[in-house]
Amino acid sequence: MILPEIGHFALVLAFAIALCQAVFPIYGYYTQQEGFMATAKPLAVMQGLALALSFGLLMYGFLSHDFSLKYVADNSNLDLPWYFRMSAVWGAHEGSLLLWALILALWGVAVSLLSRGIPEKMGSLVLSVMGMIAVGFLAFMLFTSNPFVRILPFMPGNGADLNPLLQDPGLIFHPPMLYMGYVGLSVAFSFAVASLISGEFDSSWARWSRPWTAVAWAFLTLGIALGSWWAYYELGWGGWWFWDPVENASLIPWFIATALMHSLAVTEKQGLFRRWTLLLAIAAFSMSLLGTFLVRSGVLTSVHAFANDPERGVFILGFLVVVVGGSLTLYAVRASKVSTPGEFGWISRESFLLFNNLLLTVMAISVLLGTLYPLLVDALGGDKVSVGPPFFNAVFVPLTAILVSGMAFGPLSLWRRSDDPKLFRPLIVALIVSVLCGLLWPIVFEDEFATGTAVGVSLAVWVAIATQIDVFRKVRAYGSLKTALARVERGIIGMWMAHLGVAFMIFGVVMVENHTEHRDLRMGVGDTQVLGPYDVRMTNVDIIQGPNYAADQATFEIYEGEQLYKTVYPQKRRYNASGMVMTEAAIDSGFTRDLYIAMGEPLDGGDWAIRLSVKPFVNWIWGGAFLMGFGGFVSITDQRFRRRVKVREASSSSEPGGAAA
Amino acid sequence: MNPKRKQRLLIILGLVAALGVAVGLVLYALSQNINLFFTPTQIADNQAPDSRIIRLGGMVAEGSVERDPESLEVSFGVTDFQNQVRVTYTGILPDLFREGQGVVVQGRVLNRELQATEVLAKHDENYMPPEVTEALRQSGQLDKLKGMTQ
Repeated sequence: MILPEIGHFALVLAFAIALCQAVFPIYGYYTQQEGFMATAKPLAVMQGLALALSFGLLMYGFLSHDFSLKYVADNSNLDLPWYFRMSAVWGAHEGSLLLWALILALWGVAVSLLSRGIPEKMGSLVLSVMGMIAVGFLAFMLFTSNPFVRILPFMPGNGADLNPLLQDPGLIFHPPMLYMGYVGLSVAFSFAVASLISGEFDSSWARWSRPWTAVAWAFLTLGIALGSWWAYYELGWGGWWFWDPVENASLIPWFIATALMHSLAVTEKQGLFRRWTLLLAIAAFSMSLLGTFLVRSGVLTSVHAFANDPERGVFILGFLVVVVGGSLTLYAVRASKVSTPGEFGWISRESFLLFNNLLLTVMAISVLLGTLYPLLVDALGGDKVSVGPPFFNAVFVPLTAILVSGMAFGPLSLWRRSDDPKLFRPLIVALIVSVLCGLLWPIVFEDEFATGTAVGVSLAVWVAIATQIDVFRKVRAYGSLKTALARVERGIIGMWMAHLGVAFMIFGVVMVENHTEHRDLRMGVGDTQVLGPYDVRMTNVDIIQGPNYAADQATFEIYEGEQLYKTVYPQKRRYNASGMVMTEAAIDSGFTRDLYIAMGEPLDGGDWAIRLSVKPFVNWIWGGAFLMGFGGFVSITDQRFRRRVKVREASSSSEPGGAAA
Repeated sequence: MNPKRKQRLLIILGLVAALGVAVGLVLYALSQNINLFFTPTQIADNQAPDSRIIRLGGMVAEGSVERDPESLEVSFGVTDFQNQVRVTYTGILPDLFREGQGVVVQGRVLNRELQATEVLAKHDENYMPPEVTEALRQSGQLDKLKGMTQ
């Protein structure tokens, strides 16, 4: 029974350690006392251990049904299976903040263990900044959202249960992945702030923060993709993206982080764009804090807006103001000292990456404006308004098309000057092939010609072929595919994967958005409906018992001509503890299409409202996103990120990049 | 001006111009695509435009849900306890749709009725959409809401 107190104590201890971690190293830096600077790494590890203990004890509280803990009593139940009791730890506000803090601390541990190649001064400043962020978050938890609050002496005999929406394997992985990404951006942020404090802006800080940014970006990509996939089968009625404010909140830092990855490449290789890169690093983490604020404050109407306490929003908003205001002030004071040497030709890889950054920034700003606009209007005393998918579609379809058209040029061009037309000549073939594919696809595979499909397929093929051209050039330069894969920078291989992922994703999105067959029907037992090339027959409705719910379960037989192709069982569940009703769709997943069958509500005479749809190539959306994420992980396996300090002097900006390699 | 400076100046001017144009277009798109929110009383008073998609928030009136026996057509009343607006909808209602609960509906007004294109789901029994709270606050019936959720 005393374990939760130890968990609470560990949390307080972590707060105290974070305070030391924030203050000692930077004090040591300014007074030039190495002893103080050297405390950074052990303190970061200790903070990680304290939070791991705290987190472990909260999880133990869930596993052992300790309903004297208010958080457990609110979010668990005796009937809840053990794996959902584990994931319930981050199923609501307090616990998800603890996960946030734990992940921040783990990033700190990772930095302190893997930063041997980085000078002591820099490493301790980075950890100091991460300590400051931790102080803010742990204070927030301890003062407004403590997960270890007890209900004593009259503890409930059973818990209120986890929100049924969250009783799904998707929830086990989606929040931790997303938080790894959100919080991981704090490392790039800390590197930027540390270099602003120390005044060292050579390309080495870009090389140090590049792998961290890539990992954070990869996690963010996977987290968003998992969230979208979860929404698709659990709450979306078959949609994959809703432009919901909270989805947008994760997309804004994603766009900025994507811009940052590209801009860091320029800063590392060419020493250019330094100020801009610093600003992006600050912006990326600020946007993930903003995202946390939007999710946790309940100021927005959103699928994620669970009952919330608005007071908490004020605290995070204050924290946001301190972090953003503080870092931008530092930037304003110091950035003028950042010199940017060198220039570049109007047609060069730098120019294309600048173009990429411009578009990604505009995309981030558009999502930000669309998301915050209702809040701003409301705060200024105007009408209550909402901004929905039509706005985002109107803005994003053209922006994505422009961005993706340009994606072909960057990898094929050279640094500094790239005005030799020979470099781009293969793109003429790519252009012809992609336009042909775009025109032929709707004619051959679809019933009617759709311009959107033609343009979308062209763009996807365009990017895919341009990426292949780059791969082909490298293979030719190195003699064989095997040597090329072994010798080419891993960052380039990661880029190929990510760019191919974009092509797959665009193809999937275009297909789903333009060619989904979708019908809401009234069906009774014995009814047959046509679904794409199949006949779907509803043969039965049973009542079944799950571990903590009862469900109406329909049986659908899917026929391909006369042949029975598959039998599926969609459910309508009613959870015992909360009485909440949930839809479990039956999905037959495939490479070229998903069949989606969901039960609506019961109607008179034993009939049911039924949703039937065929979603062409829907899995390509997430497949593409996963390929992008894995590309991010591949890019950090590059040898040069593990080189020691001394070696690095010899190797600045002379690495072979681009087509000449 | 040396060429490096000149290039930098041109780039910055170009970027600022491009950003300006982009943000202008985004704001234009925004002004064309916002959905205004109305309370049942405002619609009953004929304040809502009939040409645009609007949002309506309130409580689903008790005993007001009527299903068509043949199709998926459904109609229900949305009330702020002062006025009630009839909403018609064809399709599947969200799982947490229930009489006596808060609801947010999107659609067009026709003859002081709302033809809904979307009935928005909420995902937590205790969560009340801000629009619903606002509608009840305006009609002075907010205490009814508090009495219900307790």
